Amino acid sequence: MEQHSRTDAYTDRYAARAAGMVPSEIRALFAMVARPEVVSLAGGAPFVSALPLDAVGAMIGDLVAGKGAEVLQYGSAQGDETLREHICEVMALEGVQASADDVVVTVGAQQALDLITKIFIDPGDVILAEAPSYVGALGTFAAYQADVVHVPLDEGGLIPSALRETLDRLRREGRRVKFLYTVPTFQNPAGVTLTPARRAQILEICAEYDVLIVEDNPYGLLGFDGEPMRALRADEAERVIYLGSFSKTIASGLRVGWVLAPHAVRAKLVLAAESAILCPSNFSQLAVREYLATQPWREQIKDFRELYRARRDAILASLDQLMPDGCSWTRPAGGFFVWLTLPEGLDSKAMAPRAIADRVAYVPGTGFYADGGGHRHMRLSYCFPEPHRIREGVRRLAAVVEQEIKLRDTFGGAARCGSTGVHTPGPDVV
Amino acid sequence: MELGHVVVLAGGLSYEREVSLRSGRRVAEALRTLDIPVELRDADATLLDSLTDDPPDAVFPVLHGAAGEDGSIRDVLELLDIRYVGARPDACRVAWDKPTAKSVVRRAGLRTPESVALPKEVFHDLGAASVLDQIVRSLGLPLFVKPTRGGSALGASIVNEASDLSAAMVGCFAYGDAALVERCVSGTEVSVSVIERHGRPTALPAVEIVAPGGKYDYTARYDAGDTEFVTPARLAPEAAERATAAAVTAHRALGLRDLSRTDLIVDEDGEVHFLEVNVAPGMTETSLLPRAVSVAGLDLGEVCRDLILARF
Repeated sequence: MEQHSRTDAYTDRYAARAAGMVPSEIRALFAMVARPEVVSLAGGAPFVSALPLDAVGAMIGDLVAGKGAEVLQYGSAQGDETLREHICEVMALEGVQASADDVVVTVGAQQALDLITKIFIDPGDVILAEAPSYVGALGTFAAYQADVVHVPLDEGGLIPSALRETLDRLRREGRRVKFLYTVPTFQNPAGVTLTPARRAQILEICAEYDVLIVEDNPYGLLGFDGEPMRALRADEAERVIYLGSFSKTIASGLRVGWVLAPHAVRAKLVLAAESAILCPSNFSQLAVREYLATQPWREQIKDFRELYRARRDAILASLDQLMPDGCSWTRPAGGFFVWLTLPEGLDSKAMAPRAIADRVAYVPGTGFYADGGGHRHMRLSYCFPEPHRIREGVRRLAAVVEQEIKLRDTFGGAARCGSTGVHTPGPDVV
Repeated sequence: MELGHVVVLAGGLSYEREVSLRSGRRVAEALRTLDIPVELRDADATLLDSLTDDPPDAVFPVLHGAAGEDGSIRDVLELLDIRYVGARPDACRVAWDKPTAKSVVRRAGLRTPESVALPKEVFHDLGAASVLDQIVRSLGLPLFVKPTRGGSALGASIVNEASDLSAAMVGCFAYGDAALVERCVSGTEVSVSVIERHGRPTALPAVEIVAPGGKYDYTARYDAGDTEFVTPARLAPEAAERATAAAVTAHRALGLRDLSRTDLIVDEDGEVHFLEVNVAPGMTETSLLPRAVSVAGLDLGEVCRDLILARF
């Protein structure tokens, strides 16, 4: 008697939305990135070793010893009230005036994205997102079966005229846009920042077309020049849902983020959060609360800025010096990422295995597009490796691109890697 | 005898690292069910010191891809005079290079699809368009393109139209510097695992692979999904016998030891065509060898233990 067995016996039981949760063969390559031989310009992991770890450790020890009954207990779905007040102080640095009542603490800003998508999106609803856009957001949107429509950006961020054209087109098609998702400051993955003039224009256009804005701002306090950029939410309280995170300013492992939303939306988010997780971790929240109350966090953010500035300088200098003609890249004024464009006919996804074999990793551009675009682009992260490793990584990458140009010249640039589109991100690519 | 300390080697620095880590965990868990003390470890810069400082009774290499399958890690184990499961280095080198393995099994009487293996420099030096045209004229369509070395179908693709061959070559050269272009033989895709029991290579039941859209690529292999395995393979009894015999012939002709897995196509006339052989077969929860072991009514832990004990 022959036996039939599938590698997954449950395929006929999954919900339709699970079909959007697709892994990528690139994921296999990332298993190699963990090895120290590989210079990873791929992951967006903050350099948490720069924290005063002894002091943080002592603080957490005291917290558990002194307030264990609270720290280790359930909390409220909306999050710790004192922490929410601290969050308002943090947002004030970017001009945001808010009440702690309208803040919901989440498990990283990623959960905020999930909750927002859950309460706003039915299958087929339109979400506008920059091209390119944050891979983790695209994964969430795919999981809720949203139809992501990209709007291009350039060195000055999202292009207002392109936004207007897209909204006009969708209106003609009779399609309603549920929200615009944007990372306006030190964008992931492009590293660009929406200019002040464009901020005003984007707000104006969204008001005209009655479009909600989801402003994702994890990198806003990590600018290398001058004062923090004013958030979109600072100038528009009703239309903007603001997402923030302590992942880059304190520690990503704590998984504490937040969402600031108009009052009615906030109420829905709390209910959604309650059904998803009951409450965010009290341990993590109170660690952040204590850190903000007792540690010199503003000075620590300055230290992070200086550290990341040195790494940004290292990657830009290396790219300027080493990359072959025909490549171009953005010049970020903050955050973690450079967006590199390859010469015509090259494919960042197709060349990823060659790069890994030469011990350098990046994230191919295709991950940041929901529509199959991005082949000529890649995201380079400079946040984690030390400057000398960044230089070595760029040297290896430049050699791979040189080989790739030779291969293109041999085969005529006809090649495109097979699969495209969004895949579920792992912690190594966010 | 009682095994005191077994090292399962997994990971390494190859494209198949992730698969190898999963295979290694599976083998380690299977051995632990028999109360065998197992250390699961990566092949990294600390490996030699650790093997020298605390020599294990035996090593079970589950490293896929280069180093694991090209014989080099086994050469090192020989230098250290440590027992290990699996083929010796010289046999690995032959099996690892697909064109060479094809030549060897052909001499041993097996059929294998017509093919040509070319390094990328040939396309550069002679002009890709002319070389590709000649390949299509000579071998026809469809074609199967894959790196001459490597596994898990990484860099492999089927080419139905001549215009797609160029892209397939570039995809292949992403994973290696030489490509094997094979005439595609249609038929039933089967995999036959061979394990040595009591000193004799023994074929396990052939497993038939039915991949979604006929594409048994990396995702279809290692991500739980719609790929279907049929055991025993739906073959006429004589064809099934030929398939298992072919796997044993390949195992012997290539001088392999302990275990191997041979991938074959059985065409509509029941003829068996050798595609490639693996000296460190996948051991993951979706892999073929553990499935064949289970279908044969054997226990994976006991099979692995017996392979280790056979080294004493």
